[in-house]
Amino acid sequence: MDNKRRKILKFAAVSAALGFTGLPIEGLASYFPKIGKYVRSDKEKKAKQWAMVIDTRKFKTKEDFKRVIEACNSIHNVPEDIPNKKQEIKWIWEDEFEHVFPDQENPFLAERYKDQEVLSLCNHCQHPPCVRVCPTQATFKRSDGIVMMDFHRCIGCRYCMAACPYGSRSFNFRDPAPYVKHKNPDFPTRMRGVVEKCLFCYERLADGKMPACVEASNGAMIFGDLMDPNSEVRKVLRENYTIVRKPELGTEPCVFYII
Amino acid sequence: MYDKGKIIPGLIIFFFLLTFPFWYSLGQASYESPKPKLPVNEKKCIEDVNWMRANHMELLNKWRDMVVRHDMTHYVNTAGKDYEISLEKTCMKCHTSRKEFCEKCHVKVSVSPYCWDCHVAPEEVRDGQ
Amino acid sequence: MLEKAFYGDKKYWTWVIFLLILMGIGSIAYIYQLRHGLMVTGMGRDVSWGFYIAQFTYFVGVAASAVMVVIPLYLHNYKKFEKVVTFAEFMAVAAVMICLGFIIVDLGQPQRLFNVLFHPTPHSILFYDMIVLNGYLLLNILISWNNLHADYKRVPHPKWTKVLAYISIPWAFSIHTVTAFLYQGLPGRHFWLSAIMAARFLSSAFCSGPAILVLLLLILKKVTKFDPGEEAIRTLAKIITYAMIINVFFYSLELFTAFYSNIPEHKATFIYLFKGLQGHGSLVGWMWVMAISGLACLIILIPPKFRNNQDLLVVALILLILATWIDKGLGLVVGGFIPNPFGKVVEYRPTVYELLIAMMVYSMGLFILTILWKVGVGVKREVGEIPK
Repeated sequence: MDNKRRKILKFAAVSAALGFTGLPIEGLASYFPKIGKYVRSDKEKKAKQWAMVIDTRKFKTKEDFKRVIEACNSIHNVPEDIPNKKQEIKWIWEDEFEHVFPDQENPFLAERYKDQEVLSLCNHCQHPPCVRVCPTQATFKRSDGIVMMDFHRCIGCRYCMAACPYGSRSFNFRDPAPYVKHKNPDFPTRMRGVVEKCLFCYERLADGKMPACVEASNGAMIFGDLMDPNSEVRKVLRENYTIVRKPELGTEPCVFYII
Repeated sequence: MYDKGKIIPGLIIFFFLLTFPFWYSLGQASYESPKPKLPVNEKKCIEDVNWMRANHMELLNKWRDMVVRHDMTHYVNTAGKDYEISLEKTCMKCHTSRKEFCEKCHVKVSVSPYCWDCHVAPEEVRDGQ
Repeated sequence: MLEKAFYGDKKYWTWVIFLLILMGIGSIAYIYQLRHGLMVTGMGRDVSWGFYIAQFTYFVGVAASAVMVVIPLYLHNYKKFEKVVTFAEFMAVAAVMICLGFIIVDLGQPQRLFNVLFHPTPHSILFYDMIVLNGYLLLNILISWNNLHADYKRVPHPKWTKVLAYISIPWAFSIHTVTAFLYQGLPGRHFWLSAIMAARFLSSAFCSGPAILVLLLLILKKVTKFDPGEEAIRTLAKIITYAMIINVFFYSLELFTAFYSNIPEHKATFIYLFKGLQGHGSLVGWMWVMAISGLACLIILIPPKFRNNQDLLVVALILLILATWIDKGLGLVVGGFIPNPFGKVVEYRPTVYELLIAMMVYSMGLFILTILWKVGVGVKREVGEIPK
């Protein structure tokens, strides 16, 4: 009560003072700088380094892959059926085991791995070469470990694509909008001339939701904090033998595979 | 004077071009302020309307950097009200049309921000469904 | 001084207008690329840098090579290079402009170019490349223009340009070293991941750049009466010979490491380039032309008897430029992306648009060179270095 009165008195005093000068108070006040506060979402899921385990054994049919890939593409407005195959945009996709893991080359590999399809996506490396080379910090590592893209800042030099040893990055050689079938209005599309890739659903994590692919995978993909010994990801990693892509390069990928 | 024949016509052409905007607009309709369509159900913008009119681009720039680069997904305005930082989910909820609101001024003053190259305008959603 | 570029004979103007027409045709292609994006190129998600960046890489070398004239003159007081040094520095200016041109046409969002300055990023090699290239451009413009201006006014060269010339020596090495670092610091691109890459870049630069310079000087001698001097050409040819021998040696070191170690990733690109891989081999013909012309030019260059014969020298230099251009301007950049990170071969072929846009950048560089050299010849003629 007292506080309110003081505010009114203050306001009256200031406006009276300004009134004497003959300035239009209300108009003037509207040009004072407005500095609000920026805060994090209270629903946000927090981590030191997000990580994913993909249980390749649970991906049996084409349908299993399609469900996961579709979930991502539709939410993130990923263009599909771009006429020039070489200039495709991919966030998460399937490829043969021997291509996702070319360093596991072994002419006598068990039959079942020969035909095995595996999911491939950005590894959100702990030491990402793409972030190291980007000349504008358009791609950078967030405090929760996500390798993020700022589409507003990217100049399209494609140095990150040369640096990524996993082929996880795509460049918009053309305007992607006509190739997005159903636009999700809550997520921006991209413009031509910028690089894009999987962002570990940072926008869903801020809303307290799991990444779209994880949600659609029926338990075949596990997501959590790699730095939290009690997280589900760590539990799965403790109990299963997992491999990562090209560990010899020192990038420390955060996508693990149970084979 | 040397080269009289070149200098004098040159000067005339120069002044003709210099004053072109003035006499070109003679007799044409005078400038009218654009009238963007204002929201019907909402009286208060994120910040003071006058301030928004002058500074919305800077606020949007700041919002973009905060949400993309600094994980700050919410904005608490000077009056203490909380907004989710989102062009589509917050701004365009009240300003329901890109054509009737944004472009009313932007076209008139010949600025072409590239927001809608990527962000999905409300009318695009309406047309698509 | 610039007014010298406005007085020329019919041949000169025909050449200038010819270059302007080429630039005009190329810019139509570039406007098309600006409107539609890089979809008009042959690049893709696998080979994400192509002809543009390869030409950029080659011309950084050409720019750096001016130092092969500057070192003998400034560090060893080799007076025979006094007459050609301005032309070498002007060539460096034109070459850096070609480099910058190729960078800009390669960008997806060229209007955001200045983000590199607004958000300086010291952990990116591209950031340093921007600094060294632009610094080198500035150094060469300042040195060559001011020295020429001193000649024009018939006064001795100012002291400060000499200081800048000394600075430009390590600077020239830096531009090509940093450009090599763009490639050799990337994990997972085994063809580029080689400690000798920067040294290889420098050796190929120090033969190809002076080779281009000698050819251009000989053309200049034909169209004007400017004589670079028999001795200067011979010394340049000697420098070119040493550099090319070192260049071929370094290349063979790469081959030894890859094939004696027998590591598949290290061999893969070489096999793709020289033999073809997984049924693809569009560069095989080119690479063998490179190998043969590279060795053939050495056969002419090494014996002094052949090398000092100017007609044979011209043949050798053309072979040398061909070999180094195929190596750096085709094989090196494109080859680095093949096979892709999945071990698959996806090939690249430049489109007509890419070639037209490259033509635009090349003719822009030649235009700048023509103007600068015209000014140089004009001044030298006026002060009596060239008979009228």
